[in-house]
Amino acid sequence: MYAFEIHRPTTVRQAVNLLAKNPEAKLLAGGHSLVPVMKMRLASPSALIDLSKVEGLAGVEVGSRSVTIGAMTRHRDVARSPELHQVMPALASVPDSIGDPHVRNRGTIGGSIANNDPNADYPAACLGLGATIITNKRKIPADEYFQGMFDTALEPDEIITKVSFPIAKKAGYEKFKHPASGFALVGVFVSKRSSEIRVAVTGAGANGVFRATVFEEALKKRFHPKSLDGVTLSTDEMNSDIHAGKDYRAHLVGVMARRALAKAVAG
Amino acid sequence: MSATGIGASVRRKEDFRFITGKGHYTDDISRPGQTYAYFLRSPHAHAKIKRIDKAAAEKMPGVLGVLDGAEMQADKIGNLICGWMIHSKDGSPMKMAPHPALAVGKVCYVGDPVVVVVAETLAQAKDAAEKVVVDYEELPAVVDCAKAKGATQIHEVASDNVIFDWHLGDKAKTDAAFASAKHITKLDIYNNRLAPNAIEPRAAIGEYDTGSESFTLWNTSQNPHVARLVIAAFVGMAPENKLRVIAPDVGGGFGSKIFIYNEEVVALWASKRVGRPVKWTAERSESFLNDAHGRDHATHAEMAFDADGKILGLRAHTVANLGAYMSTFSSSVPTYLYATLLSGQYAIPQIYCEVDAVYTNTAPVDAYRGAGRPEAAFVVERLMEVAARELGVDPADLRRRNFVKSFPHQTPVIMAYDTGDFDASLKKAMELADYKNFGKRKREAERRGKLRGIGFSAYIEACGIAPSQAVGSLGAGVGLWESAEVRVNPTGSVEVLTGSHAHGQGHETTFAQLVSERLGIPIESISIVHGDTDKVQFGMGTYGSRSGAVGMSAIVKALDKVEAKAKKVAAHMMEAAEGDIEFKDGTFTVAGTDKSAAWGDVALNAYIAHKFSGQELEPGLKEGAFYDPANFTFPAGCHICEVEVDPTTGETEIVNWSAVDDFGVVINPMIVEGQVHGGVAQGIGQAMIEHAIYDDNGQPVTGSFMDYAMPRAHNLPSFKVGMTMTKCPSNPLGMKGCGEAGAIAAPAAVINAITDAIGTENIAMPANAATVWAAIQKTQPRAAAE
Ligand SMILES: Cc1cc2nc3c(=O)[nH]c(=O)nc-3n(C[C@H](O)[C@H](O)[C@H](O)COP(=O)(O)OP(=O)(O)OC[C@H]3O[C@@H](n4cnc5c(N)ncnc54)[C@H](O)[C@@H]3O)c2cc1C
Repeated sequence: MYAFEIHRPTTVRQAVNLLAKNPEAKLLAGGHSLVPVMKMRLASPSALIDLSKVEGLAGVEVGSRSVTIGAMTRHRDVARSPELHQVMPALASVPDSIGDPHVRNRGTIGGSIANNDPNADYPAACLGLGATIITNKRKIPADEYFQGMFDTALEPDEIITKVSFPIAKKAGYEKFKHPASGFALVGVFVSKRSSEIRVAVTGAGANGVFRATVFEEALKKRFHPKSLDGVTLSTDEMNSDIHAGKDYRAHLVGVMARRALAKAVAG
Repeated sequence: MSATGIGASVRRKEDFRFITGKGHYTDDISRPGQTYAYFLRSPHAHAKIKRIDKAAAEKMPGVLGVLDGAEMQADKIGNLICGWMIHSKDGSPMKMAPHPALAVGKVCYVGDPVVVVVAETLAQAKDAAEKVVVDYEELPAVVDCAKAKGATQIHEVASDNVIFDWHLGDKAKTDAAFASAKHITKLDIYNNRLAPNAIEPRAAIGEYDTGSESFTLWNTSQNPHVARLVIAAFVGMAPENKLRVIAPDVGGGFGSKIFIYNEEVVALWASKRVGRPVKWTAERSESFLNDAHGRDHATHAEMAFDADGKILGLRAHTVANLGAYMSTFSSSVPTYLYATLLSGQYAIPQIYCEVDAVYTNTAPVDAYRGAGRPEAAFVVERLMEVAARELGVDPADLRRRNFVKSFPHQTPVIMAYDTGDFDASLKKAMELADYKNFGKRKREAERRGKLRGIGFSAYIEACGIAPSQAVGSLGAGVGLWESAEVRVNPTGSVEVLTGSHAHGQGHETTFAQLVSERLGIPIESISIVHGDTDKVQFGMGTYGSRSGAVGMSAIVKALDKVEAKAKKVAAHMMEAAEGDIEFKDGTFTVAGTDKSAAWGDVALNAYIAHKFSGQELEPGLKEGAFYDPANFTFPAGCHICEVEVDPTTGETEIVNWSAVDDFGVVINPMIVEGQVHGGVAQGIGQAMIEHAIYDDNGQPVTGSFMDYAMPRAHNLPSFKVGMTMTKCPSNPLGMKGCGEAGAIAAPAAVINAITDAIGTENIAMPANAATVWAAIQKTQPRAAAE
């Protein structure tokens, strides 16, 4: 790790000002993506702007039509929110599948989607529910927010403050864990909200989280695992590495989608 | 049996220290004036070093030294060595290439240390290392052991990259056996490369004392005395009397900490160069780069059977990847620790094995939990299972038909099995596994859409490698005895100095149990001292499941002497003839009288020496012993693995694990069971998920836990562990050793079970979900597509 300064703002405005003043600075949330790369000297921010003291950034709020999660809400607190379990257990299951207790106790939703790791779980939930990413500047629909692996619509001085998820009656998440890292080798989030059907896939794509539109089309007739019989995903856009080839990943997307659907229609 | 004696499941004495963070590991130690070393390592698998420019680095803040291999050579620091001589078929010695602690002229694998930067802080050392400029001229890399022969030459001494082509057994007779065979089973096997991953990364502190002109090395070693011997006699750092090696608490080794490594040698040398103690602690990413890896064998094996399913012969050809340089004991692993076990538990009349060891541009490969024996067990037990399927015989039956049933049994590959009861462990394992109802469970699983399979592994291993005379004749550069010294204090408490070294095994408990049993004193009164060459005179360290069978036997010998001496003291105290003194449960009595003396009184009398003349009897109570066993020990057993495969994803769940082992006499069943659990976990890791991979350019692909899959609790079942017991005749305690059994047994059991489940003859390790799914695509495409 290289030496760096640390700032501890207490308001979003202070944090934004600090970001504007220090172009080489990075926001620090749970530190579970940023600190490991700093330790390996792969990232060398001149300063860290710690968001943990900023008021009003954490918490799960359940409204009548949507759930709003503060950017600094830890994975554990989302996974264990009784209110969220009431309205949308599928969303609560997403952070519950992340890493280990240490990671869940530190990592945040804001950090996860700012980072947009191609194998991360939250991006699938955001895209799979059609969430809105709310920043200090604007509201960004998930469909526009995720722009390829480790790439988002965020501007340099933009801070995620919360994420708003519409409540879907039918939703499910299924994850096939990477054998080493425990991230999603393939993760599929499905949802149906009135006529809107979404199937979002993380882990499998060659360029980060994406919507499986062929699956969405097939599910329009009936939102049920059976509707995916015979429907396959092209392997072209799949990622391939030592852990899984394109074929296997494309196949797993189908399996995970069916399983997620089974949960969604059962729940 | 006493509550703390032999056979009692005494809680580990050392655990309070470890789990409350009070252990003293090398990195916990700080020396006055300590500095920090950072190693600049080769980013290339194979390259010439054209120029090293250190000027800018030397000017960086806090830098005390930027040192390279040329300077090391100028200081006459010698190369690292491999201490086991193997000869090729033609009688020529193995081709040991120079292995400098810091590269000279060329680098041979990614991670090869090139320059060390010593600075006041680690961050300063790292900053300075970024300023070192090394010009490399890249060379083609050799990665795959099967293709190494004749590929780009890595070392001058080995023109075709072959280190040795060795063989064991009688080729002509084996071929003749095959010629008369009714059935031949053939198999191609790759025993996957593993990264050892001890929980404590390697570390070293070197310190040079200008006053006494002597060095001290703190390091994470499984055998500090061997490290001292090698660093003194071969590396030439200092004579042994001027070099003290201390291996304090060590957090796991699995073999990887047996070897003498670059960094510890450099830490010593650099401490003299900069005139300050030098500390180095590996980061996990460094551990992946140059802790010696394990396995990496490619083998073609064949087994010949007669019409009754009796084995007539076995032949195998193995290419063993030893990596870029020959690590300390690398040559022994694919030879005498491997081919000698190819008889398994079976009476096999003829065996012939050829082994080509090759250099590649990968991390050095050496002993890793089991070392050679897991590879042998995998060959034998995979062949047996495949043969059973081909012959249409129950796999248990085929094994039973071929078991060695009378002992001693001389195999065609050196080993003479002393004792065992292979039928008993098989039978018990089958009971534990409820083998007879497997068919029912398989059908039930089928209804749930799962493929259920079962696999056996009836392994044998050779532990406590010895006698020294025998291993010497096989090429070992050292003897493989063990030493012990029992020091009785005047108050009767005892210190036992042992040449063994504990790094997770629980010696502080088990060794104390032995002493408690023998002397009738509480284990709290017994301390086990190890790991310091200034305290323990010499020892061979801990590996190969040898500390019980060899290390404790040495303690028994020393205790015998202590008891004999104490009886003399007691005789004087009680004014009786020495021959009439009896010792039991901590009390000395005079036969036929009611006279007695307690252990503590006798100890005190030995030191105050008031009751006998110093001319007649030496004061004091302290005895030492060296113990060299008469034979290897042969732990053996049967593990049965039952799996359920989800054909839609290829995921395999181990639903049942039954392990029945014969370890001879067991000192602490709880610790032994723990060793079985750990060993099996590592074996399952190898079979199902672990694999150290290099790409075609020799770049490590699995350089962190993000890509190197370690077994976690959720990968493992709850183990059923059982024991059978035949007493080992070649040591006084009847012990055989248990440290490696699980890792030896497990891979074949897993692969036999998975191949049974999915109906394929062979599957590569690690049989992870992706691999299993791909195999199912071929055997049962319909199930996989669902
Ligand atoms: C061992 C381990 C296992 C893991 N397993 C999983 C897993 O299974 N699934 C999974 O999805 N993830 C996993 N993770 C990642 C984990 O979820 C991280 O916590 C998460 O990706 C990042 O969140 P963080 O709060 O730690 O962010 P940080 O590491 O603090 O920050 C990450 C990035 O986001 C930026 N950032 C943070 N907050 C904001 C904000 N409010 N606005 C704008 N930018 C911001 C930071 O500047 C930084 O660039 C794992 C991590 C570890 C260490």
